Amino acid sequence: MNMRYKLFCIIILWMSIGRLHAQTDIDGIMMEKNALCVGPMANFSSWKNYWEGTLKRDNLNLGTVSTNTYSIMGNYGITRKLNILFNVPYVKTKASAGTLHSMKGIQDLSLFAKWRFLQKKKWGGKVSLYAIGGLSAPLSNYVADFLPLSIGLRSKTASLRIMGDYEKGKFFSTASATYTFRSNIEIDRTAYYTTEMHYTNKVAMPDGMNVNVRVGYRSFRLIAEAVFNNWTTLGGFDITRNNMPFPSNRMNASSLGINIKYTLPPLPQLSIVAGGNTTVAGRNVGQASNVYGSVFYVLNLSGKSKEKTAKN
Amino acid sequence: MKKSIFLAIIAAGSAIFLNSCKKDVEGRTDDIPALNPANIDINAGIWKPILLTGPTEFPVPAPIAVNTPEYIAQINEIKSWQTDLTKEEKDLVKYWGAGAVLRWNEILRELVAKHNLPPYQNADGTYPFPNANNPLAYPQFPFANPPYAARAYAYVAASQYDALVAAWHYKKLYNRPAPYVTDPTVQVLIPRSALPSYPSEDAVVASASVEMLKLLFPGDQDYINQKFEEHKKARLIAGANVRSDLEAGEVLGKSVAQKFVTRARNDRAGAAIGNQTLWTQLENDAIARGEIPWYSLELPKRPPMLPLFGKVRAFLFDSLTAISLRPGPPPSTGSEQMRRETEEVYNYIKNPTRENTRIVHFWADGAGTYTPPGHWDAIAAEDFIKKNFSEVRWARNMALLNMTLMDAGIVCWDTKYFYFNPRPTQLNPSIKTLTGIPNFPAYISGHSTFSGAAARILGHIIPERANDYDAMAKEASLSRLVGGIHYKSDCEVGLIVGKNVGEYAVSRARTDGAE
Repeated sequence: MNMRYKLFCIIILWMSIGRLHAQTDIDGIMMEKNALCVGPMANFSSWKNYWEGTLKRDNLNLGTVSTNTYSIMGNYGITRKLNILFNVPYVKTKASAGTLHSMKGIQDLSLFAKWRFLQKKKWGGKVSLYAIGGLSAPLSNYVADFLPLSIGLRSKTASLRIMGDYEKGKFFSTASATYTFRSNIEIDRTAYYTTEMHYTNKVAMPDGMNVNVRVGYRSFRLIAEAVFNNWTTLGGFDITRNNMPFPSNRMNASSLGINIKYTLPPLPQLSIVAGGNTTVAGRNVGQASNVYGSVFYVLNLSGKSKEKTAKN
Repeated sequence: MKKSIFLAIIAAGSAIFLNSCKKDVEGRTDDIPALNPANIDINAGIWKPILLTGPTEFPVPAPIAVNTPEYIAQINEIKSWQTDLTKEEKDLVKYWGAGAVLRWNEILRELVAKHNLPPYQNADGTYPFPNANNPLAYPQFPFANPPYAARAYAYVAASQYDALVAAWHYKKLYNRPAPYVTDPTVQVLIPRSALPSYPSEDAVVASASVEMLKLLFPGDQDYINQKFEEHKKARLIAGANVRSDLEAGEVLGKSVAQKFVTRARNDRAGAAIGNQTLWTQLENDAIARGEIPWYSLELPKRPPMLPLFGKVRAFLFDSLTAISLRPGPPPSTGSEQMRRETEEVYNYIKNPTRENTRIVHFWADGAGTYTPPGHWDAIAAEDFIKKNFSEVRWARNMALLNMTLMDAGIVCWDTKYFYFNPRPTQLNPSIKTLTGIPNFPAYISGHSTFSGAAARILGHIIPERANDYDAMAKEASLSRLVGGIHYKSDCEVGLIVGKNVGEYAVSRARTDGAE
């Protein structure tokens, strides 16, 4: 079976966790036809230091900002070459110092269609190419303009990703590049200052680009991988000195992490996922570290025999 | 290919999804029509000025006659501009055509928002203060906090008004028509007006603003001068003014503003920061009265914001009147009423509703914004646009509003430091707030005082909106309670005090000759 965690921090870099998809919209693994893999995930993230523009600092009036995220994720195989994935997170944020109120709520629904359009033997292994399209939109009327404690940024997004996976024996590497379009958002105030004044409640949100590289070991029982992720906002502005962050800031982040997935010998439908990552470079984001854990269960919805849902 | 079709649908869906929301963001006043006053207020030269002894205090020389070669050369200058206008030049005409007072108020709001940032602490936990003589060094001058901003809005608006009263006097006296009247072959890119064009009202407003802003935002001179040059150019290429209209207006605006600059240098605002001795004394005085004194809730503790701003010279009344407007004391910090009011705040913020959060954020106007006085200027400006006021009436109404806001700030700050009352979060640290807690004592609420004052004078200026302004003021006031920032007493008394200050502006409005 086929799932692992991805640490694709796509938009919510301030919260540091990003939209956590335990599902595999960013890895080289597919579900079998009619197989549905679902599971809950818990993520804990925190940061003490952040980048105000390019200046790294702490803030005694925030202390440590932490984010707890609980998600339901799923991945359904329409065919073994075309999967649909979803994710619904509940997010809660908190600052350990200062007086700012915590925020909580259901955040954004994400949907992905993942298509493996090519797979062939090459270079003594197996090469697969994927195209992935994603959409996301807020599921509740949460507040975007209360960074760094907002639970999300409210943009509707559409993303397009090209991904390649190379597997040789039990070792693999996967690389992808994603372009994310982000819609403008509306905030509760009627004017705001970026690098100039805006007399409107609408905020133009710059698009973003993501690069993700992962290498590791992959077998039926165990998957272990190291992941590099980079999110770059294509535009936006820097937080000015001692100012508050804003949704349309130029938020960039690079992180390094590991993921492990283990499938239980007595119960092959069930797998356990755990991992963590840390931010190694950033701009207008918190220097977050994440740990997460999840349990996934595979159901066969075809009504036929409980056939295997082994990868590929 | 089932999958290809499926993906095509996804792609098409994404495109629709994005097209529905990806647009350039346009400001509410980007695309408004050119100002076309319903009434040119030709007799505004007799309106009562604020500081000027009269409209002729700074004489404006008679203009050159329209049949002189020099004037004809100035007409030709307009024509040569108009032969080949770029898109940028047309955009300038459109932008400035919306109104000089409006646009300079918007520029001022922008400067306030840019500079409304509390300085970062020193390594030893003290705080640096901005230095007007070195405005670009960190922390940049000014820290345009609400009192500073209220005063800035008032001075700019009041100087524009006085300069325009003088300008209107000379417009009527000399009665020189606009270039498109003296020479019908001059194109006019804005609405025609029967108002005499000498001296140019736009140059008067711009020049008075520039002169005031040199004092108030000395680090932003390049930006301000760029706007000034663009404004004057817009008037020329629109065919609205010849160069001598602009030059006379520029001299007049600057002269009048210098009188306001002199007042500003001596209005005691420069000493409003106080010093450590004063800050300690405020604390000790509160303790001596048997009260829990206010403490800064910032880390490290920041000195209180402008504790002597209450001593600044008001525009609408003298200092004894200012003191007489100070309300009675808040509930004692040890009283049962204070305990109940603190609990009330806690109950509001324990599980805030989305609607309450919206109200808090709508009215927060905290760090990095144009402050509550700027918010009321924005509200007023958007209503004034619909009214098609003449420039001089725009300026008069903005001056009334902003003098009210400044004087409300003075009375509010006097009250805050007279009682030195703690914030709800100081009495109950489990009160977390939906916006930042301002770094000054609680009683009385600044938002409530500003809003009560603004609603009173705006309700006089536009009576059919009076109930709406009152409702807005109440909501602004309530936002501080449900946001965890203020007790109910702070808000309720603040609204009343604000309204009382507003009455002084209403009295002035009734007798300034404009009604």
